[in-house]
Amino acid sequence: MTADLNIVGKSVARNDGTGFVTGRTQYTADLAFPGMLHLKVVRSPVHHARILGVDLSAAREVKGFVRALTHEDVPHNVYTILGLIGVEPEEEFVLAVDRVRYMGEPIVAILAETEAAANEAVAAVRLDLEELPAVFDMEEALAEGAPVVTHWGNNTFIYEGDTKRKVRLGDVEQGFAEADHVIEHTYRTSPIEHAPTETTGCIAVPEANGRYTVYTNTQAIYFSLDNTAIILQVPNNQLRFIGGTVGGGFGGKVDVIVEPLATLGAMLTGRPVRYVYTRTEEMQVSSTRSAEIITIKDGIMADGRIHARKVTALVDCGAYSRQTPYAITKLAANAAGPYRIPNVWIDAYCVYTNRTPTSAMRGFGVTWVTFAHEIQMDRIAELVGLDPWTVRFLNAHRNGDTKPHRKIVADATLIETMQAAAELVGHELPAEQRAMTSAPRDAEGGR
Amino acid sequence: MPSSVVTFQLGDREVEALVPPLTTLQSLLRGQLGHTSVKDGCRQGGCGSCTVLLDGEPVLSCLLPAEDVEGRTVTTLETLTPPDGLHPVEQAFLDHNGYQCGYCTPGMEVLAAALLERNPVPTRVEIEEAISGNVCRCTGYESIVEAITAAAATSQEAGR
Amino acid sequence: MAKVRGTGMAAVNYPTGMNLGGDPSQALIHATTSGSFNVVLAATDLGQGLRTVMAQIAAETLGVPYEQIVIQTADTDTGPHDMGTFASRATHRVGNAVKVAAIEARDAVLQLASEELEASVSDLELDGEGNVRVVGSPDKSLAIADLASRAQFQYGRTIAGRGVWMKPKSEVDPETGAMDPDSTQAYACTVAEVEVDTETGIVTVLSIRSAYEVGRQVNPKLVQGQIVGGAWMAVSHALYETTEPYYPSRDHRPKDFGDYLMPGPADMPAVESVVLEVPSANGPYGVKGVGEMTANSPIPALVNAIHDAIGVRIDTLPVTPEAILRALDAKQAEAAADAPAPAEEASA
Repeated sequence: MTADLNIVGKSVARNDGTGFVTGRTQYTADLAFPGMLHLKVVRSPVHHARILGVDLSAAREVKGFVRALTHEDVPHNVYTILGLIGVEPEEEFVLAVDRVRYMGEPIVAILAETEAAANEAVAAVRLDLEELPAVFDMEEALAEGAPVVTHWGNNTFIYEGDTKRKVRLGDVEQGFAEADHVIEHTYRTSPIEHAPTETTGCIAVPEANGRYTVYTNTQAIYFSLDNTAIILQVPNNQLRFIGGTVGGGFGGKVDVIVEPLATLGAMLTGRPVRYVYTRTEEMQVSSTRSAEIITIKDGIMADGRIHARKVTALVDCGAYSRQTPYAITKLAANAAGPYRIPNVWIDAYCVYTNRTPTSAMRGFGVTWVTFAHEIQMDRIAELVGLDPWTVRFLNAHRNGDTKPHRKIVADATLIETMQAAAELVGHELPAEQRAMTSAPRDAEGGR
Repeated sequence: MPSSVVTFQLGDREVEALVPPLTTLQSLLRGQLGHTSVKDGCRQGGCGSCTVLLDGEPVLSCLLPAEDVEGRTVTTLETLTPPDGLHPVEQAFLDHNGYQCGYCTPGMEVLAAALLERNPVPTRVEIEEAISGNVCRCTGYESIVEAITAAAATSQEAGR
Repeated sequence: MAKVRGTGMAAVNYPTGMNLGGDPSQALIHATTSGSFNVVLAATDLGQGLRTVMAQIAAETLGVPYEQIVIQTADTDTGPHDMGTFASRATHRVGNAVKVAAIEARDAVLQLASEELEASVSDLELDGEGNVRVVGSPDKSLAIADLASRAQFQYGRTIAGRGVWMKPKSEVDPETGAMDPDSTQAYACTVAEVEVDTETGIVTVLSIRSAYEVGRQVNPKLVQGQIVGGAWMAVSHALYETTEPYYPSRDHRPKDFGDYLMPGPADMPAVESVVLEVPSANGPYGVKGVGEMTANSPIPALVNAIHDAIGVRIDTLPVTPEAILRALDAKQAEAAADAPAPAEEASA
């Protein structure tokens, strides 16, 4: 088929390369507009607190101060980005009302003539906070008596009335009983920051025709526009979002964090408003990849086949869940790995703690379970005395197999990909592994 | 505190700028002077995206007070790029995909130009050391090293 | 105290696209009167080369040179709806939308050509260089540029196309988890070699070699960009980076690149790869997607290699020098104790 293609399959030069190599390409923060104001945010200095008062009087005296935005200024002060597609509950605010749940949570936005004036005014805002106990450990957050992070009273996201996303195939307990070996191991990972070299940012500009143009480095321009319109309670077509040049995303620029406040500022002042994250904000306030605790319990047959697999995943979504409930569904679909396993039980929890909210990052929902199941595969190999390649060939899924979430495997090439890797590194595979393919198993389920 | 006047060479033209106190060279170049190839990745000297040359030596413009360039020569990617065509380093980055999102690219190219000026045939290790203060989050650095190696080879062939 | 080497492998798959309220993208294409084609999108290029890949798909389908395609993105006033660039979805969904739009535009070209050449559409072919000709009669040929001009000024017809591609939302069964969450999946297998300094705990990555199966490479050099950049990010995840070095404690959180550690250019080995193409059933020209998967498979390959080198399993990421040294200490302590059971499990 490749022979029939003219351009697809060719390493043609990028059509946008000249702009990048000459530095002429404009990124969001390179733009400037006459009369542009700078937006900086007053953020919670503590992990968990009741807000008793916010005193803006000293901030208002700062030379260059123009305006403060509080939660009262935000028409629909709910920031829940999956709300667009009906994922409940509404749990996060654009600007905090009476409580903050993570260090860095936005409380007040300051608009000023210069960045320096905005920073000075932010520093002059007095917060009266009553600190509350905070919880950072997921297992602690799930236990009785833990500080409660959410407003509905327990520290898990609810999936259709249950505290976890479930996958159930076959009967794992029966599978463990039938297995020759049962092993269980727990894998732990850390939060990761996207750290793009360009920080998150936007500039909202009032247009002469009463509309607002928002220049943004979001990865998802309509997602950002639609959410902003809901928060500001304006018709979608009053907004125009322009972007398409992003200095690295990796999933960190899909949270629609800066556009609503900047646009609100532009609406209330009639002037362009720039809201660009500093590097410290990008590092400590912008969402991260979730940390996870993944426990895999396997029932293994003597020949190395995985007969039953139970995965329990705790995903630390931080103070607000953002996109993480979706990550957990994706995790549940991939946690058992590309293997044919007749009995699978997956419980995946979205656990709230008082840390920076988490959201999408490259490999969303899959990166960490991939790590866990591939270390586990090597443990299985060692347990039954097989080499790591053999245990994977033995268990690899093929077209026609049933995945744990009951989708039928199609477009499978795990076997062929491993064969190619073995050849690349000069690892000699035994004849039967070289002869394997991803073609559907024969009627008896044999090789 | 009043603003001060800073006079310096920006590429081949003389510039006279009025700068308020605490203005960095980065801010002056990006703002008043419109050289937005000088990027703004951290303002902490940690990413290298603001790299420019001061009398031919790489400096982090986010850490330099604008007043410090009085009487000196500043080079940015804008001043290196010819009116038409590309600087050899730019051509090499283009040919070897030494960029993906492009944000670290001006800093890398300015560094490369300075490196090749003082060391026309750098080893791989010398290239890696030269760019080790500049963060790239996209490429994994291999294509950048390749581009700089190719730029060195091209310059050698051209008999520089 | 020694430098010990080890080899490890991992095999993974990665799904294409999302299952969040439906996963659609749209594209619009129109010819200019000079015969170039404008592809109007709202999709976002993050630097991976989306503009280039879409131009290649459009050019392939329209049968015109790559240089004749102009990609315009992203402006919500002109670009039709697109969900966004994430979940390795763009080449697959936006590519499909572009292809559908290009087919409609191409059909308008062929229809006009068939009238002018007095041949049926099925007897026409595109030469891939901007011309339509009658199969077997190369002299009976028209330039698409000329057709586009005559369409506008003589016939009053449009040469344009609309495309949408959507994966419908699949509900998740709350009890069984039954769902259809993706369009296809790509595969990767990585073999990593490391050298561990047992005195300092420092891991040197000696090689990362992988096979990737991606359905179809639209632009192999751009796929290489993802493979090498992804391998680097995987090394970073496995050995270096974290926003909370003592998670779940929030102490010592990095605030800038000075304390958020990532590997530098000298810390990376050569990244070798081979790419397989087994076209997917539903991607444009068989595309699957590659952008995220490349950062996944090297992580466990590296950690498995560390185990091969030092005989200790480390189950917590990142595997820092501190984690290595603590694991080695724990192994030594267990071996020193009287218990005969093999001491090989340790968590950092």
